[in-house]
Amino acid sequence: MNKLYIACMSMIVFSCNSHQTSYPESKTEHIRQADTTGWPARFGLGRPASAAGIAAMDIDVSPDGTGLPPGEGKAEAGKTVYMNRCVACHGTETTPGDAKLLGPVLISNNPGKAKTIGNYWPYATTLFDYVRRAMPYNEPGTLSDEEVYQVTAFLLAAAKVIRQQDVLNAQTLPNIKMPARERFVPDDRKGGPEVR
Amino acid sequence: MKENKKKTEQELITPVAKPVSRRILLGGAATAAVVLLKSSYGQIIQKAISQAELKINDPTKVLGPPPGELGTRSKFEKPVKKPSDTSSRTPLQDLYGTITPADLHYERHHAGVPVIDPQQYSLTIHGMVEKPLVFTLADLKRFPSVTRTFFLECSGNYRGGKETLRPQEICGLTSQSEWTGVMLSTLFRETGVKPKASWFLAEGSDAAVMSRSIPVSKGWEDAMIAYAQNGEAIRPEQGYPARLLLPGWEGNTSVKWLRRLELSDQPFMTREETSKYTEAVKDGKIRQFSFVMDARSIITYPSYPQQVQKGWMEIRGIAWSGRGKIHKVEVSTNGGRTWNRANLQEPVLDKAHTAFRYLWEWKGGEAEIMSRAIDETGYIQPTMKQLKEARGVDMGGYHLNPITSWLVQRDGSVINKPV
Repeated sequence: MNKLYIACMSMIVFSCNSHQTSYPESKTEHIRQADTTGWPARFGLGRPASAAGIAAMDIDVSPDGTGLPPGEGKAEAGKTVYMNRCVACHGTETTPGDAKLLGPVLISNNPGKAKTIGNYWPYATTLFDYVRRAMPYNEPGTLSDEEVYQVTAFLLAAAKVIRQQDVLNAQTLPNIKMPARERFVPDDRKGGPEVR
Repeated sequence: MKENKKKTEQELITPVAKPVSRRILLGGAATAAVVLLKSSYGQIIQKAISQAELKINDPTKVLGPPPGELGTRSKFEKPVKKPSDTSSRTPLQDLYGTITPADLHYERHHAGVPVIDPQQYSLTIHGMVEKPLVFTLADLKRFPSVTRTFFLECSGNYRGGKETLRPQEICGLTSQSEWTGVMLSTLFRETGVKPKASWFLAEGSDAAVMSRSIPVSKGWEDAMIAYAQNGEAIRPEQGYPARLLLPGWEGNTSVKWLRRLELSDQPFMTREETSKYTEAVKDGKIRQFSFVMDARSIITYPSYPQQVQKGWMEIRGIAWSGRGKIHKVEVSTNGGRTWNRANLQEPVLDKAHTAFRYLWEWKGGEAEIMSRAIDETGYIQPTMKQLKEARGVDMGGYHLNPITSWLVQRDGSVINKPV
């Protein structure tokens, strides 16, 4: 029995060796179970998330406008916000596109390497989401929703995506079509011999 | 006089020892002896030697410190990360094997390292789930746990164009750890993720509230919520007290300081997956959701600024792929004219740094040495030229994994070959 086992194992080992130069046909088994078995349907850990608890942290805004708060803003008021809270790092409309600023250039339409709102950002809602969650860099999360609408309007107007007098709110912001939107394509790399 | 028997680096002629008191032994820096030395020019000079200098070359004559609470790195070893304003790079050329010491793990964060009290920490899972739940750190640790080793790599992990670049500068934004945590699939099961949920938002509690949209399929496949790294609690720079870990995917998606997962049926189009971490490809197109890190390798020895001597040496390096295991690493010592199979250190793990070695005799003269990784999908690490051909000359700076070449010069010095 043992001899038979060894013979079988040797054949398996040899056949593995003979295939070393070809690529394995199946991909790696990805599903990894935990080491313990005999799982219950639920472990009963964690406490129910309250609606208020979720609302306090659910700050994301989707491209369809889900998550946008009440309020509105226009570019003119946004310019004041920008000049007070943003300009130190991001510069002004007349800052040259190649200026070495602390933050990226936001309001240039110069074609070139700089990725700007006008030439690169695919969704206007992203601007609201990001400014509200992460800006100003030194005082994150301190702008009011109204101020975020205002500064979003200022940046989109500076990028010539909207007009100076346009009002941004939960209804108008998701309808804005960004110039670079159609440039975005899904990843087509998939492994294998072809370089993509 | 016994303690002077072993010679110091300079030739010791006549030691004239002072009486050694307990105070001098404890004081260390006080003069312990006056010796006559022969200088490199053959002159005899008189020099005072401190107790510490006398003893340093003979550890058998000095009582060492007692056992301590924390280990320390030898004072002779000083591997350091190389920080910039936004990231910090692992000294790949100073490491052995495949595990990155936790304090040398690369860093990339968007608004600094937050301080999070583990008692206050919680992870909320909500959105398209049957039961929205909040887990404390203790809850996460009570679930069945998994430990596995894999690499992390920033997708912006490439620097080139100069001869004076070390592996650390070229691709030091990759590191490897043994991670312990709970599989995300376990938490998906617990909360009852709805069948129509196709994406989830992962959000950190750093000052950038950094967020990314991730396909739910990755969550079921092999995503982890990690709370430990190399046997200890995860380090603050790596996401203490808990982070998302997506094996093989660009590091930015493995959101640190994880506070919230929201299940949805569409991506959220966050700043990091639109204006950042996307890359220009041909025809004016921009590639988005390019999650997987393609196969790559680098020779870490010999590399700039090392100096090699004629004779046999082991060319060493690491290779990795976000698509699975490394199938093979090939090394060329003639600028890519011929390739030789390197030895891989076993076990070769899935989506993990894999050490490779190739024995080479340098007979003098110029040589260009390089390595290329081949993964289990049959992907062969490309040259920069191939990447440009595939993606266009305006290709962005993300997901660049070109072959790195080192030039061994006649005098044995090694420089990077700019591409």
